[in-house]
Amino acid sequence: MTTTSPAQGGAVQHAKYVTKFGSLASHEKGRVELIADDPRHYAFSNIFEVAAMMPAWDRVAVAKNWEYVLETVRAEGVSPWFTASHDEFAICMDDAGGEVLVELIKLETPIATDDVEGAVLVDGEPVGPKMGRIHLKRGHQALLPAGSAYRFVKDGDPGVLLLQTIGGRLTQYRWSQICQTV
Amino acid sequence: MTISLDVARSSDVNPDGYHEFTLGEFTFRRDEFFVYISWPTGDHMMSADAFLRALQRDVAWDFFYGIVNFDGVFGTVNHYGRVDMFAGRYNDSYRKAELDYSETHDTPVIRETFKSILSDWTNQSFDPFASPHETGSAFGVKNGDNDRAVTRQRVAADRMVGLPGDQQPRSDEMGFPINRMFADVDQSEPVVEVEPGFENEVAAFSLFAYLSRSDVTWNPSVVSVCKDSLACPTTEEYILPIIHGNDRVEWFIQLSDQITWEVEDRDTGAVRSRVVMKAGDVSAMPADIRHQGYSPKRSMLLVWENNSEAIPEAIASGKAPTYPVQF
Repeated sequence: MTTTSPAQGGAVQHAKYVTKFGSLASHEKGRVELIADDPRHYAFSNIFEVAAMMPAWDRVAVAKNWEYVLETVRAEGVSPWFTASHDEFAICMDDAGGEVLVELIKLETPIATDDVEGAVLVDGEPVGPKMGRIHLKRGHQALLPAGSAYRFVKDGDPGVLLLQTIGGRLTQYRWSQICQTV
Repeated sequence: MTISLDVARSSDVNPDGYHEFTLGEFTFRRDEFFVYISWPTGDHMMSADAFLRALQRDVAWDFFYGIVNFDGVFGTVNHYGRVDMFAGRYNDSYRKAELDYSETHDTPVIRETFKSILSDWTNQSFDPFASPHETGSAFGVKNGDNDRAVTRQRVAADRMVGLPGDQQPRSDEMGFPINRMFADVDQSEPVVEVEPGFENEVAAFSLFAYLSRSDVTWNPSVVSVCKDSLACPTTEEYILPIIHGNDRVEWFIQLSDQITWEVEDRDTGAVRSRVVMKAGDVSAMPADIRHQGYSPKRSMLLVWENNSEAIPEAIASGKAPTYPVQF
């Protein structure tokens, strides 16, 4: 135990605290406890539960605010190549004890034009110079820069990514499947 | 038009050492324990501790999105250039009794008044941004100030934390030690292999390590920006010092540990739900509610906002729904 200073009230605290993160292998889900409302108003889900039930690399929206979305992705094996006309971001929520590798290539010719929002698939191998690679562990966040082609590689057990992007042709909306309804 | 930013502050202090302030028809004064707010149709008392914690957020967030309820009676509504200051406006009983009252002020005017109150009424022993375990008392007679703490700037990345020229990861050297409740959070930064010429575009940082070193609670800071989509993670401990009334849908993604949200109707305060969020949970906060969070252990929360100026009017006029999705 540790004690705060008398100026801070002298309250006794634990000497150590355990921070609880979730994972595909171990997560608990909370819920909306209704008093006078409809649970659908909250679109309540859990990203690990969603990733557990979806095929690898499906981009499933877990949050939507007008055109913008947060997508959950089950990271397993090698993803297709993606690109977007705008910046996107990836947070590694579960590395399953390994890492998620991000490979980046600068497209010589943009595939997603400025009027296209959200990620699109790159047909075949991307053409352009290598920009670099990023090794993501749990809690790491990477920029997926506009105009680049990127793909993810996850060896071993599957992991989970959370993507900040705009809803597009690859975004899957499965609210009734993933959200609390009663 | 020139706006006067003179703050109406009493020339003398009261017996407890604090100045009295006036803005429009509202007056504000404090003593050892309490803050007293008066307006033409009523009076109100708040704990000085609770008032200063709420005032700190209102000032630091520049009145935030929508409504900042200091409690069930007093608060502000942001109109992004002008701000309503109200008493009882979002309280069903006050409304029915016709005791509610509201005034609108230009943002710079109310901002300067609130900053002056915060500076004058915060003693050197108290940090309104800190968890109760990490600060001393707000109470007592006037005892110095803590302007270093109450003038912290809200952190906002332009593109993403870690990029050259943008906000940088926190460190001991920068004055951000690891918080005692996050001592077990991995501090390793991602390995980034950059080809020459792409140093400004190939970047990553440890979000969890960044949050483990936050020195404030209940204070979202922007870490990544996709047009109007702002990722605003924050660390939470004890109770959100305000009751936030939404003017748009916002989303919460619980990154670690647990927060329980008490959700009420935004306009009346009628209880609607209780949202229990554990690590990995995602929940929208509809645009017609108000909410207050309780975090038993310091936790990491990703607040996700759409910063578009068009949204409040679209929702207020009924052109856009108050719920994020329909299914």
